[in-house]
Amino acid sequence: MTSDFESTITGTRYSFDSLTEVLAKANEEKTGDELADIAADSAAERVAAKDALSRVSLATLRENPVIPYDEDEVTRVIQDAVDEDVYGKLREWTVSELREFLLAEETTEREIAEIRPGLTSEMVAAVAKLMSNLDLIQATSKMTVTARCNNTIGGEGTLSFRLQPNDPTDDIDNIRNSIREGLSYGVGDAVIGINPVEDNAEQTKRLLEITKEFIETWEIPTQNCVLSHITTQMEAVENGAPADLLFQSLAGTEAGNESFGIDVELLDEAYAFGEDECTAAGPNFMYFETGQGSELSSDAHAGVDQVTLEARCYGLAKRYDPFIVNTVVGFIGPEYLYDGKQVIRAGLEDVFMGQLTGISMGIDACYTNHIQADQNDIENLAVLLTAAGSNYFISVPMGDDTMLNYQSNSYHDAAALWDIFDVHPAPEFESWLEAMGIVEDGQLTEKAGDLTVFLDEPEEHLRQEGTQ
Amino acid sequence: MTDAESRADGDDETALDRILEASPSRLGVGRSGRRPRTASVLSFRADHARARDAVLTRVSEETIERAGLHKITSRVSDQDEYLARPDLGREISDATVTELREACIHAPDVQLVVCDGLSSTAVDANVGDLLPILIDGLEERGFTVGTPLFVEFGRVDVMDAIGEELEAEIVVNLIGERPGLNTAKSLSAYLVYGPERGKPTAKKSVISNIHPDGLPAIEAGAQIVELVATMHEQQGSGLDLE
Repeated sequence: MTSDFESTITGTRYSFDSLTEVLAKANEEKTGDELADIAADSAAERVAAKDALSRVSLATLRENPVIPYDEDEVTRVIQDAVDEDVYGKLREWTVSELREFLLAEETTEREIAEIRPGLTSEMVAAVAKLMSNLDLIQATSKMTVTARCNNTIGGEGTLSFRLQPNDPTDDIDNIRNSIREGLSYGVGDAVIGINPVEDNAEQTKRLLEITKEFIETWEIPTQNCVLSHITTQMEAVENGAPADLLFQSLAGTEAGNESFGIDVELLDEAYAFGEDECTAAGPNFMYFETGQGSELSSDAHAGVDQVTLEARCYGLAKRYDPFIVNTVVGFIGPEYLYDGKQVIRAGLEDVFMGQLTGISMGIDACYTNHIQADQNDIENLAVLLTAAGSNYFISVPMGDDTMLNYQSNSYHDAAALWDIFDVHPAPEFESWLEAMGIVEDGQLTEKAGDLTVFLDEPEEHLRQEGTQ
Repeated sequence: MTDAESRADGDDETALDRILEASPSRLGVGRSGRRPRTASVLSFRADHARARDAVLTRVSEETIERAGLHKITSRVSDQDEYLARPDLGREISDATVTELREACIHAPDVQLVVCDGLSSTAVDANVGDLLPILIDGLEERGFTVGTPLFVEFGRVDVMDAIGEELEAEIVVNLIGERPGLNTAKSLSAYLVYGPERGKPTAKKSVISNIHPDGLPAIEAGAQIVELVATMHEQQGSGLDLE
């Protein structure tokens, strides 16, 4: 009996029963795939799987989705979105050829944009598995995916940040002061987004109101969001709450989404609702979060590896033309991503796969205290992904989120990354920072890092400016 | 002039002091160029170090002995495996099952279990006070209490396996929570009625944030006893409770 998927590259013959098995075993080492009992058994088998995968055609990947079309609506969304003409030109390519196309000197964003409509998430995941970390950075750095809400994110030479002013008791004053602190460092152009302690419409409405009020008072070109369940946000908005963005967590399988309390019908409904009801200029107003391992954690992975499932999240997200999609990379725990090395790898894979899918991709480079990682690891990841051209990062005061009890990048990290890489906040936001006197000719002024700048009413503040 | 000096003009300083005092977040830390000040970095590192030590060090033998806990181990053999394999932290070996049957009170009303979970510090800090309050409170209400157990490398759901084997009516699992930077001492109490392997999380009740600066042992003990009484009366836990 011969297998369609085999390799002798290590000197031993390995054969694999299915494409799903090849995809899983071709992954770099991740505890999540080991926990699911689908990882390669040895380093040699891992390389053999990569070798077998390199010869697989894009047509084989298209025709063998990891969960059958009839069984999973995420598969249907991805398959139905494929542009058959574009796919027709790519179908004979192998995964190896796709990798080399993306890395070729002459391939630019323009050429990549032309092939995007012909790709499925399985193809996107497959090529990531053949890439080294620097391959991922090189390929990502070519891709530019912009999106527009109240400002423009993802433009060449820009790096944006979510200001995440969470508070363990949703204390309004603490939240406002955390917003002031972040703005004084120049962060907050991706979104001012709060994870609420309680998931109810009343609280969501209140937090949307105070963030919107702050944004309007100071005329900040950004968008607000409260990250409760999508149905909670819709109820809040129906009750009159001002929401620029609508948020939801996504999974890469129908069963995973069910555990999040959503399906494609609900997301379609939320999107139609947002078109009419969101307060932002748009046209992009959806905000999604994902993360490798979430399907396994709800026992909804269907025997599929976590990189491929993550790519499928992006395939689903693309349907809604999101303003931002965020991979929350180190939050889930060491049983999915064990240490700093695995977190960094996953972060690079996710941002690459998101941009190749054609969505505005960013990352919460983060860690919990039971994972084998620390602030140095996520500072490293932030440097690598700024080099790669991530659209944005999450940021919290000194990297310490006192509500979610985990650590992410800090406001200081934002300031350092802009300087080291000569990149800038979104253009509308940077102009506002200059008008506020926080940034001058690209340099931080002495007001930067001083939250009291935003304590006065703006009129009074501007008057003081005039008298100085 | 430093940033702190530049903003130190009367009203603003007072306002800023109030803000910093009210918020648990690291606000108003200033900067050293585009990086944090040395003191802010060291304070952050100290808090993270406490959290890491809580995860990585073992509960002291002294805590276990003083509280009179009978010690067993889950199917996990070391700390690395504990973090990577939550499934093994929920199970006990056949040898441990035999040991439980020989050494422990059979079919108690309430089986008390202490697990290191993700914070040994939380167990060391709370169990000495909490356990006696709990045992006294339960016995006063007329419940029989089983042999209190300590499970090394235990996860929340190890309570299901233990309760099933000992045929307890109710199991209370006191387990160290994943530490944050603000405290590594926080303990949770998970409660289940009619324990059996595979019992879903939604069928469990939980009281969390038990530590000296959160829910103190004396209050936590009273709340747990009350919840046990309710569970006994309504013959359920978690979503089954009215």
